[in-house]
Amino acid sequence: MEQKKYWQSFGELNNSAAHQKNVQDEFKEDLPFEGLDVQGATTPRRDFLKYVGFSTAAAAIAASCETPVKKAIPFINRPADVIPGVAEYYATTYIAGGDAIPVIAKVRDGRPIKLEGNELASWTKGGTTAQVQSSVLELYDTARVRFPFADKKEVTTFEAFDKMVAGALSGLGGAPVVILSSTINSPSGRQVISEFLAKYPGSRHVQYDGVSYSGMLQANEATYGKRAIPDYQFGNAKVIVSLGADFLGTWLSPVEFQRGYTKGRKIDPANPSMSKHFQFESMLSMTGANADERFTHKPSETAAVAAGLLAAVNGQAVTNLKSDKLKKGIETVAKELAANKGAALVVSGSNDVNVQILVNAINEAVGANGTTVSWGTTNLTRAGIDSDMATFVNELNAGSIGAVIVIDANPAYNYYDAKKFTDGLKKTKVTIALTEKNDETTQLCKYHLPTHNFLESWGDAEPKSGFISLVQPTIAPLFKTRQWQESLLKWSGNTSSFAEYHKNFWTARLGGSDTFLKALQDGVIEAGTATTGTAAFNSAPVVAAVAAAVPAAVKTGVSGKSADVEVLLYQKVSVGDGRHANNPWLQEMPDPITRETWDNYVMMSPALGKALFGIDLDDAKQSDTYEAFPVKPSVTLKAGAQTITLPILLIPGMEENTVAIALGYGRAAEVGKAAANVGQNAFPLATFNGTTVLLQTAGQVTEAAVGAPHKIATTQTHSSYEGRHEVIKEITLNSYKKNPHQIIEARAKELEPWGGLEHYEKDGTIYPVFDKPGIKWGMSIDMNSCYGCGACVVACTAENNVAVVGKPEVLRAHDMHWLRIDRYFTGDIKDPESIQTVFQPMLCQHCDNAPCENVCPVAATNHSSEGLNQMTYNRCIGTRYCANNCPYKVRRFNWADYTGADSFKHNQDELNDVVLMMNDDLTRMVLNPDVTVRSRGVIEKCSFCVQRLQDGKLKAKKANRPLTDSDVKTACQQACAADAIVFGNVNNSQSEVSRTRKENELRLFYSLEQIHVMPNVNYLAKVRNTDRLNAAHGHEEAAPAAAEGAEHGAHH
Amino acid sequence: MISYRSVVKRAVFSVLLLAVVSLGQNVFAQDGKALFMEKCASCHSVTKTLTGPALKGIDERVPDKKLLHAWIRNNQAVLATGNKYFNDLYLANNKTPMNLFPDLTDGEIDAILAFVKTEGDKPVVAATPGGDSPADKAQSSDSTLLYGILTLILAIIVFTLLQVNANLKKLSDDKEGVPAHEPVPFWRNKAYIALFAVILFIVGGYYTIQGAIGLGRNKDYQPEQPIYYSHKVHAGTNQISCLYCHGGAQDGRHANIPSLNICMNCHMAINEYTGTEKLYREDGTEVHGTTEIQKIYSYTGWDPAQKKYANEPKPIEWVKIHNLPDHVYFNHSQHVVAGKVACQTCHGDIQNMGEVKQFSDLSMGWCINCHRETKVQFNDNKFYSIYEKFHDDLKSGKLDSVTVERIGGTECQKCHY
Repeated sequence: MEQKKYWQSFGELNNSAAHQKNVQDEFKEDLPFEGLDVQGATTPRRDFLKYVGFSTAAAAIAASCETPVKKAIPFINRPADVIPGVAEYYATTYIAGGDAIPVIAKVRDGRPIKLEGNELASWTKGGTTAQVQSSVLELYDTARVRFPFADKKEVTTFEAFDKMVAGALSGLGGAPVVILSSTINSPSGRQVISEFLAKYPGSRHVQYDGVSYSGMLQANEATYGKRAIPDYQFGNAKVIVSLGADFLGTWLSPVEFQRGYTKGRKIDPANPSMSKHFQFESMLSMTGANADERFTHKPSETAAVAAGLLAAVNGQAVTNLKSDKLKKGIETVAKELAANKGAALVVSGSNDVNVQILVNAINEAVGANGTTVSWGTTNLTRAGIDSDMATFVNELNAGSIGAVIVIDANPAYNYYDAKKFTDGLKKTKVTIALTEKNDETTQLCKYHLPTHNFLESWGDAEPKSGFISLVQPTIAPLFKTRQWQESLLKWSGNTSSFAEYHKNFWTARLGGSDTFLKALQDGVIEAGTATTGTAAFNSAPVVAAVAAAVPAAVKTGVSGKSADVEVLLYQKVSVGDGRHANNPWLQEMPDPITRETWDNYVMMSPALGKALFGIDLDDAKQSDTYEAFPVKPSVTLKAGAQTITLPILLIPGMEENTVAIALGYGRAAEVGKAAANVGQNAFPLATFNGTTVLLQTAGQVTEAAVGAPHKIATTQTHSSYEGRHEVIKEITLNSYKKNPHQIIEARAKELEPWGGLEHYEKDGTIYPVFDKPGIKWGMSIDMNSCYGCGACVVACTAENNVAVVGKPEVLRAHDMHWLRIDRYFTGDIKDPESIQTVFQPMLCQHCDNAPCENVCPVAATNHSSEGLNQMTYNRCIGTRYCANNCPYKVRRFNWADYTGADSFKHNQDELNDVVLMMNDDLTRMVLNPDVTVRSRGVIEKCSFCVQRLQDGKLKAKKANRPLTDSDVKTACQQACAADAIVFGNVNNSQSEVSRTRKENELRLFYSLEQIHVMPNVNYLAKVRNTDRLNAAHGHEEAAPAAAEGAEHGAHH
Repeated sequence: MISYRSVVKRAVFSVLLLAVVSLGQNVFAQDGKALFMEKCASCHSVTKTLTGPALKGIDERVPDKKLLHAWIRNNQAVLATGNKYFNDLYLANNKTPMNLFPDLTDGEIDAILAFVKTEGDKPVVAATPGGDSPADKAQSSDSTLLYGILTLILAIIVFTLLQVNANLKKLSDDKEGVPAHEPVPFWRNKAYIALFAVILFIVGGYYTIQGAIGLGRNKDYQPEQPIYYSHKVHAGTNQISCLYCHGGAQDGRHANIPSLNICMNCHMAINEYTGTEKLYREDGTEVHGTTEIQKIYSYTGWDPAQKKYANEPKPIEWVKIHNLPDHVYFNHSQHVVAGKVACQTCHGDIQNMGEVKQFSDLSMGWCINCHRETKVQFNDNKFYSIYEKFHDDLKSGKLDSVTVERIGGTECQKCHY
């Protein structure tokens, strides 16, 4: 059989036995009838009848005897603008360390339940990330510390606590106080800190970031004289080169960068052009997956690659690199850069000062300074300097620090030498933690005064110089907590509350309380539009950097069951540096590349896998042995003094001898039930080169075990398109320019026997065509702007009360996401640079001729006159015929009582702690009251956020006006920073979705169009700015590439 | 189910009633009473001192009409001029400021004053009870009994005739010498037993199903509330607009039980029940209105003697009457604002109810029926301009009206999501 062009799993690539079985079986397991075996039944017929009789009678009695009396308790004195049942919206800011995204919090009856991006912020324009979307759940985290502690004992009042702290601080005898925090870019917060420090002479503030950008800050100091990070204008760049920077996912300010990047990636149908994105990297990152051309190198060669690129841009020869392919790649990229001077941008994710100096030199050479790299505004999201932290840790160990106040920093978990920090901290007399949770560092502190969640706080953030986003509380503090600013104020002798302090601070700065209130209402203060500015470049340090850019002699290679490898540590778009590890929404969100949940693991190339474990992925049987079962082989990795044992995943696109491990896992049990016992902590593998901490090291696989009981919960192989083709379409820019009509022509050709494009709806079926008066909802998804980041997935989860099922249930293919992002690979798995990746968001397509509807025996799913495929939970009896008959596999079945909606609590006995945590009364406060919480035994799926549609229509009706686009936005659409999703009324020719479909007619396609289900979701084909498209088999000019029988990631 | 006629009747009645009751929408310039009710009545009475002084005889106390107009429009400005009468009045009322009414025209103020004068001149008479109740008495209850009796009589006749027939047959058989069977008594007659079983099955099944359908439905539910709150006194006799207390009905899902501060807007001044009509509970016991008003004070912590909130307030736990299952989405503002449905359509003759009882069964059939029959504001609301096809059909006469059902009002996800 011909090899598949697009594949999601190796089984699909080889059409293996397990894959074929997978295609046959709709559900992954047999129905659990073990007790009802007719021969030798353990439950005799009489018992069965007894149980039936009893349960019927019990249910009848339970249901009918008495209607419970419900109470309605109104306010005593209702605040004038609070109307029970009507949501209010407050502008505030998502704060996590230095990250600050302006958001609007939706507050229902006093509870924040959903965050949306603030569209008034010019730099994010309402974009969010998965972390922002999920952060509202962290407010209701059951593991939050609920009152102050001193010596592990509860302190009942703040006054008593303040007294203890004052006593402790006054007894230091002149030893300095150090405030250890993550990056603080809050103007008022910085002032509070400096006022506090002024009270304690000799004291200082050390900023420390778990994943640091120290290399960049110091390189900029060396070459531009500023310890700052410039503003990267991806929108101005025609050529973008990333040296391992995951700028669409986790690097610096992904929302802003996604917006800028998207500017260059949107195809103007009249004049198709797009930016060209090159990625040099050692692992397959999410950003790399979106690149037009990708080159791989060893982590130890990063500096050499940067130096090579600099040399090539300056017309010199590339040296110090062994791979000819890489050299050629660098030369091609240099040519492109040189050809686009003033519209080119090079970024690097390395924390090595030398690499960043080289990158600065390249940017100078290609005219980026002042065009794509702007010094007019600076990025303030990261300020930690690694050597400052190292000095501080040495002082701790020397015992010269009197007191440490920890604010939102966790070095005991994420410092490369956590033991040294921990030992030092133990020697310190006074240790105070002002953190939200009892995390690894807090546990070592004598005093713990828990701080508010950001949704309970006052505050501000300045993520870019001159661009300020204010924080206001959206709920009264849930627990006996106090925000750290207020504590510092109290301890520095200021008696005013921080709310008052904050108000005065901004009233004075803005020149009046009216301006302050306006700013608070808008949420953002912008001095003006961002200006592109230049900075003077000092080329002196470049020579030394070039000289140092000789790759270290790192031995790599396999011998028997052990191998010398290079190790790369990376952040996932979900849990990041571990700050969000206790967020079940993020843990359960499949990773964009690996499609795995609830774990970290060792990503390695298929070649290394073959050498170590003998897994030949080209062999159908062997690929099944590796892939078809959740148990994965594992490796024990030794790097320096550290060892770590983790399961492996074979990922095409990885550099052959590099393995990659995600940070942020292996948290302490106190951090919460979702974080505990998930993965291993990889921070100890980081190395310190004397100046900065590098997230890479040389390591050795000392043990490669096949039988270790490591199970990995994937969503990758959960179901299949059963060999149907044309799920996705991809095309190169040149081919599109040459023949822009090729996609529509191919569609027309395929539909020709059934009436062609014009009459397909009517002629392709024996069913009548129904009227669509008034509204017809439709969605358009631009695959060119989907980078796979998953913000939409979490937004959907939050908006629609989608249940968390936990790892054991994901292992059984019971995940519940209404929206998934399918990841397709093309290319040769033996050649990492040939791998191309495509992301496709897949949700209910709301087919006008839906196959699910006509198989439902109880009409629980049917079609509305507005084109919605409606799912009525209270009518569903759980036959799952609909899921079976859905060609897109987007229907989800509630296999167990995930939500606690059943009356009988034993229905939850089999579920794990995480599900029970989600059912805690505290956590349930996050539920959206406008959406039914589904119980066991019913099917659910994307509803196009029907609650928002009804609300939008009502808004228009009440205002006596026609519906407009701004009335209705689906949660996924609103979350997307790249505006990949457009939604609206298709019957209105002026609506955005109608215009998008009309303007992009030539790129438009429907997934599986030929089966005549008439989806209401269309896609716009992915355009890749490259000459080479694996999927097209060399004759892409003739026909657009099509995904055949692509297997994708979800189930039922 | 409700018959078409009765719905129309009720709807017509409700619209009329809403026209009278609703204060915000139907104010005519010269309608002094309506204006008084809207602008003044929450603080003033004609004959009694409430938050503000009784207005009876105001034209005598302030003969300068121009000054009086100025005072009513902007009392603060008049106070600022140093007018002695009004400053004294202000002091006598504990410096409670009066609201400003800058928008009132001279004609409107005159109309209010004329109403105050005629009302003040009236001798004290018993208050007329509020609106007439709609005459939609259940008509079928009597005839059911009648049919039942008729059926029973006919059944007895049939039974008697069958017995007679059997006896006659036996006689004729005896006569003709046919060997007689031992007569089978009817309770052992298989035909009878079968007939009886079938009837029992049908009747029993009918009632079982009716009972099952009725589970969870609570039509006529009228629990005892912590305070005997009479809608009849408030919405009926005193004609307070429904939305004054249940403002949520025009803003969102819930009509909302008013918070205590809304009660105190009026009851800070109205501290006794002076209505001439006596109040009775369902069980016939008399309600002492003033005692019930006092209960608000105990909940809010108001001390009427000191005229201030002296004690700790506590919320009132009302018993919720109208309960919908959790999987139903219902939005009041959709019906009240967009649909312009009168409160009485679903809540019945609320302005004549003492303690509230559930008027409708709130079943899905009841909802659907109304959605099938009710016409939307198709031409008046610009939202519906997008339904071009229906507009064409209306013009061409193909359709005579557009019901809620036509625009998708009976589809599942109108209410279930």
